[in-house]
Amino acid sequence: MKRLSFLRRVQNSQVFWPLVAWVVILLFNLIVDPSFFKLGILSDPTYGKHLYGNIIDIFNNGAPLILVSIGMTLVIATAGVDLSVGAVIAISAAMGAVLINPALGNRLISNEILTRNATNTPLTIIILADLAAGTVCGLWNGLIISRGRMQPMVATLILMVAGRGIAQLITNGQIMTIYYTPYFWFGNGYILGLPVSIYLVALVLFLGWLFVRKTSIGLFIESVGVNAKSAYYSGINEKNVKLIAYAFCGLCAAIAGLILSSYVHSADGNNNGLYYELDAILAVVMGGTLMTGGRFSLLASAISAVVIWTFTVTVYSLGVPANALLAAKAVLVLVVIVLYSDYTRRFMNRLIERRGSSHEAEAES
Amino acid sequence: MKLKQRVRLLFQHHGPVLLALMVFVLTYFVGGRLYPAMRKPQVFFNLFINDASLLLVSIGMTMVILTGGGGIDLSVGGMIALVSTASAALLRSGVSPYVVLPLMIVLGIVFGAVMGWIIQYLKVQPFIATLMGLFFARGMAYIISLSSVTITDAVYKTWALTPIYIPFIPNAYIYPTTLVGPIILLVAIYLSFYTRFGRTIYAMGSNEQSAMLMGLSVPRTKILVYAFSGFCSALGGIVFSMSLLAGYGQFATGMELDSIAAVVIGGTSLTGGVGNVVGTLFGVLIHGTIVSILQFNGTLSSWWTRIGVGLLTLIAIGIQSIYYLREKHS
Repeated sequence: MKRLSFLRRVQNSQVFWPLVAWVVILLFNLIVDPSFFKLGILSDPTYGKHLYGNIIDIFNNGAPLILVSIGMTLVIATAGVDLSVGAVIAISAAMGAVLINPALGNRLISNEILTRNATNTPLTIIILADLAAGTVCGLWNGLIISRGRMQPMVATLILMVAGRGIAQLITNGQIMTIYYTPYFWFGNGYILGLPVSIYLVALVLFLGWLFVRKTSIGLFIESVGVNAKSAYYSGINEKNVKLIAYAFCGLCAAIAGLILSSYVHSADGNNNGLYYELDAILAVVMGGTLMTGGRFSLLASAISAVVIWTFTVTVYSLGVPANALLAAKAVLVLVVIVLYSDYTRRFMNRLIERRGSSHEAEAES
Repeated sequence: MKLKQRVRLLFQHHGPVLLALMVFVLTYFVGGRLYPAMRKPQVFFNLFINDASLLLVSIGMTMVILTGGGGIDLSVGGMIALVSTASAALLRSGVSPYVVLPLMIVLGIVFGAVMGWIIQYLKVQPFIATLMGLFFARGMAYIISLSSVTITDAVYKTWALTPIYIPFIPNAYIYPTTLVGPIILLVAIYLSFYTRFGRTIYAMGSNEQSAMLMGLSVPRTKILVYAFSGFCSALGGIVFSMSLLAGYGQFATGMELDSIAAVVIGGTSLTGGVGNVVGTLFGVLIHGTIVSILQFNGTLSSWWTRIGVGLLTLIAIGIQSIYYLREKHS
């Protein structure tokens, strides 16, 4: 067998194109505004000395999206989709805020108690409750999709809309502000000068990689995505594989919700994680995982999420309003999907073939 | 044919639709028992007034879902936001409403057709293409205006606020905009049962491959169906903006699920090919009845509607899958 050259191997890797896109966006920034790359050291009274700059911000603020994309990758690899990630983020954020905040329900409470730096529940329990809420949402999705045989799109659409209702139900319809400072550590804290969220992302990515590549789960997921029926006939419990994928996605969204609510110091059932589903789907597709399932790469999705966040930050720094970005991103999704579609591939193949045949014709003549 | 056989056939062919009708009568009856004020005839007409745009959107959605192959239109809410904002902005800058209305309808048709083209020829999954449409439309609405735009146009106001009294029923009225939904419903019934277009939709829904092999124009029909849905949601947007006399990018959030719920409750199968627009009417009416019961209750907060609609969809899909499984076995 001929060994593929290094260049070809790099080009075939799923990580290649997202990296190229990232380099292109960074180059664009370098040309337009070199101060984009400025890094400095800031000493913060609460968190000590740490690095600051746009690049650090991209990783820090983009962490929730990276996490959601990692979860979404597994779901899409099973030929499904999870539209409810935004709602799950909101539920997880609401859960955290409610457990910290003493004002449950309509109980009247003085402002002094409400705004003090204290918590109702120990931090570990809050974190566990956050993660459990997200995992339960994921399990619910997984159960009605694998056992109820409902289309993934419809099943998760139900949670996408009802989930925001649930989040509002938890916070009793209010936007809850969090005053408990240890909770802020996840979104604002630093370890060795780098944001905590980067470490969290790295941890999830590493554990996810161990989970899918060092056990056979990854292979199972790919085989279910390629052909669920034949996977079933080869003895793979496709129902449980799907269940695991959705539960993992819910868990990732819950961690994202934890970081997000800790970063903005509040929980808002309507706006936490709004439109994250589109960004996450875009990241996964950009990372070379097909919407029809099959081969996937967690790292490629994570890098693509960074690319999307860099794109977002770049567009903001150019002065485009936040809401207009929505339309721009929709176009970006279309372009990426078209570029990755069979149609384009066939078109490219035809182009290459034609060039190849003309070369042959030249050689003959 | 014996009567018994006929009744049995009727139930076999129209089971889900009849079920939807029964559920509607039942919920309305329960509402009337719980809240005596709900027995007024005006409450019934209010269902049509309040859900006018939902009915329009759901008619288009039914046709799209009937084509099968995962066909769905998630862009309806965004389309309503875009149409309402764009028409409000145009009217504010002094354009005649007789220019704005056709323009908005053309916008809807073109928007739908483009999505249909992307789905058909670029082989993008319908929900991705239309989800993109949703975000694009909402983004465009925000680009037009970041805040709500009020409509002060005289023509819009007359259409929105002139009551039409129902003959023979005292104190019952509807608005001219309310009539748009039922008219489009009649058009949709004609289209789906008496034209080649409708038959092609049902054939595609049952099996796209064999429809294509039979020589039916599947690609054209698919694009037309999405264009029809775009047309319906543009009309829905116009009706929506007339009823609120405003346009805003945040209008009709979550309406895609409401309308999918209405379609599914009305007995249309999400796998396509089974169901019809008449069932959708009852689905919309059930949705409206539940919302009015929640309103009459008064103590329940708005987010219960969202959770309620989600649960209702789930139950409807559950019942449907059991029904169709049994049909397949028998």
